[in-house]
Amino acid sequence: MDSDIRLLLSKTEDFGMTEKQKKMLGRIIAAFVLFVALLIAEHTGMLENVNVWIQFVVYLVPYLIIGYDIVYKAVRNISHGQVFDENFLMMVATVGAFGVQEFSEAVAVMLFYQVGELFQSYAVGKSRQSISAMMDICPEYANIEQNGVLTQVDPDDVEVGDIIVIKPGERIPLDGVVIEGESLVDTAALTGESVPRSAKAGDEIISGCVNGSGTLKVKVTKEFDDSTVAKILELVENASSKKAKVENFITKFAKYYTPVVTIGAVVLALVPPLVLGGGFAEWIQRACIFLVISCPCALVISVPMGFFGGIGAASNVGVLVKGSNYLEAVAEMTTIVFDKTGTLTKGEFKVAQIQPQGMTETELLEIAALGEGYSTHPIANSIRESYGKTPDMKRTENANEIAGHGISITVDNKAVLIGNEKLMKKEGIAYTPCQSGGTVVYVACDGKFAGTLVISDTVKDGAKEAISAMKQVGVKKCVMLTGDRKEAAMEVAKELGIDEVHAELLPADKVAQVERLLREKPKKEKLAFVGDGINDAPVLTRADIGIAMGSMGSDAAIEAADVVLMDDDVRKIASIVRISRKTLSIVKQNIVFALGVKAIVLLLGAFGAANMWEAVFADVGVSVIAILNSMRALKEK
Amino acid sequence: MKKKFKLQDLDCANCAAKMEDAIKKIPGVNDANVSFMMQKMTVDAEDDKFDAIMEEVVRVCAKVEPDCKILMK
Repeated sequence: MDSDIRLLLSKTEDFGMTEKQKKMLGRIIAAFVLFVALLIAEHTGMLENVNVWIQFVVYLVPYLIIGYDIVYKAVRNISHGQVFDENFLMMVATVGAFGVQEFSEAVAVMLFYQVGELFQSYAVGKSRQSISAMMDICPEYANIEQNGVLTQVDPDDVEVGDIIVIKPGERIPLDGVVIEGESLVDTAALTGESVPRSAKAGDEIISGCVNGSGTLKVKVTKEFDDSTVAKILELVENASSKKAKVENFITKFAKYYTPVVTIGAVVLALVPPLVLGGGFAEWIQRACIFLVISCPCALVISVPMGFFGGIGAASNVGVLVKGSNYLEAVAEMTTIVFDKTGTLTKGEFKVAQIQPQGMTETELLEIAALGEGYSTHPIANSIRESYGKTPDMKRTENANEIAGHGISITVDNKAVLIGNEKLMKKEGIAYTPCQSGGTVVYVACDGKFAGTLVISDTVKDGAKEAISAMKQVGVKKCVMLTGDRKEAAMEVAKELGIDEVHAELLPADKVAQVERLLREKPKKEKLAFVGDGINDAPVLTRADIGIAMGSMGSDAAIEAADVVLMDDDVRKIASIVRISRKTLSIVKQNIVFALGVKAIVLLLGAFGAANMWEAVFADVGVSVIAILNSMRALKEK
Repeated sequence: MKKKFKLQDLDCANCAAKMEDAIKKIPGVNDANVSFMMQKMTVDAEDDKFDAIMEEVVRVCAKVEPDCKILMK
């Protein structure tokens, strides 16, 4: 079945129009030519002396060419109990025009309506294609190696542990670990990141990415249904079922709108002639105008389409939004709460400052690295990493750990103390206290203070720009929560421009803080929490919008959050705010525009100032314009 | 059990909404979603009666929008 659909799709792409649309175009042209001929005949007076019935028959020909399916569907749907659909309304409107001997108008209206419908179906088809092309990350096959022979199979049939081969330029079908080969992998479809990642033996690779120039042999670690690409596709496809408030409003509105306008039409056709007297013809014509405008299609199509486009645009920059409702919420976000580690900082410790006393920086670092040579503490690791070489442990002896204080060790026959302030005090070293934000390591050599190393968590690249970009797009308050020490937290906050910091928090305190912020903000504004998805799932769910770092396929984060940053880049949050605002403004424009035009034409129609043409424009014309407007949501970066 | 079906010639968004409503009213259907944009339908219904329910789904959809075909796997 899948291949049928693919065939169908490729056909559509080849011609730009479906068979159905091309057939319709043919009918439109035929009817148009006939209609123009008739108009010329009418205006040159050729039809003046002709019997009304003959005129009727003559005009019936182009009418049936263009509208036979409408009449057929209207009659069929009435027999199914579907009364107030577009077909019925168009039939009533045009038959009404025939009834009052406005033959040319009846044909023109039907013609115009069909042109609009064709445009609409073409525009919807095109935009659906461009959105799905944007999300085209689904692999079509996998090359599996069996007994040394490569065969193409459906990714669904590959099992965990199988070895697949990915040739240059192919899409990676399943998640796995590279066992052979080296290549650059293009992750743009998943993350929006344009710089390719390198992949070599031992690296994990993610399905949905495109392989670069090298051939890779990959051992599959997840079945297709559990792989990243299948999960993302499911998320994106389900996104449109989580409806935004505006969408729900439109759905409800549509349910009442059509009956109300239809009843209005009936009232307009019957009451004025009965009350004021006079002919029915004029008022029936006005009622027909009401009927044509009574379809809420412009809204019903363009509103979900705008959101769909917005979600598409977001996925294009590497952000998954799990539903239109979340996209709507992001547009109203004014408070954003960050978890520090893993979100604003990398969560890896680095030697940030070296302040030697009576020796060079290199000497101090070397002594510290040798001294911490045996330790596995993260601080020790970062010192050794900064040293860059493997410490030669033969130069050390008598290593002794002083719990809660540090280490005493002999390095190159010198007595060395490495540890915190308490160690210096305990050993009676005359040290200079260091006020820096990070973790401070004091070093003493032969009873003399030798200097300090300041170790801190490094701020992520772009975190600062991210915060200022968020402020630019209208986020009022940036809050940072962390379990870290106050000094360390304050330093990061100052560097990044955070407004409010709460440090030394336990996971439960984080929930309490978010709840307090939720209470404090105005009701209409929304709060987002950004976390790395590890142990902050409760906060992610508690916030109006939970934004998680996708870390390229961390299932827990993808599950718990409403918005997932696929490449962990916090700068993308500002882009999402922009995309969501644009989407919402487009949706609102469409609603105002469609309802406005409909209301005006309804009013004009009631007072006899609008004709059928304007009514058809208020129906399909408005639809087409609203659809084209919706497509702008897809373009925002 | 939840199953996805592709739809062909689903041409009007209003009909998609009507189809969704109609399917949800079928006894045994827990949830249904007709996506005009994806041209897809998801039906979540009781396991043991699924096939019978799907027949009913096809019937109500044909009533709402006779041009739209549900592609069964």
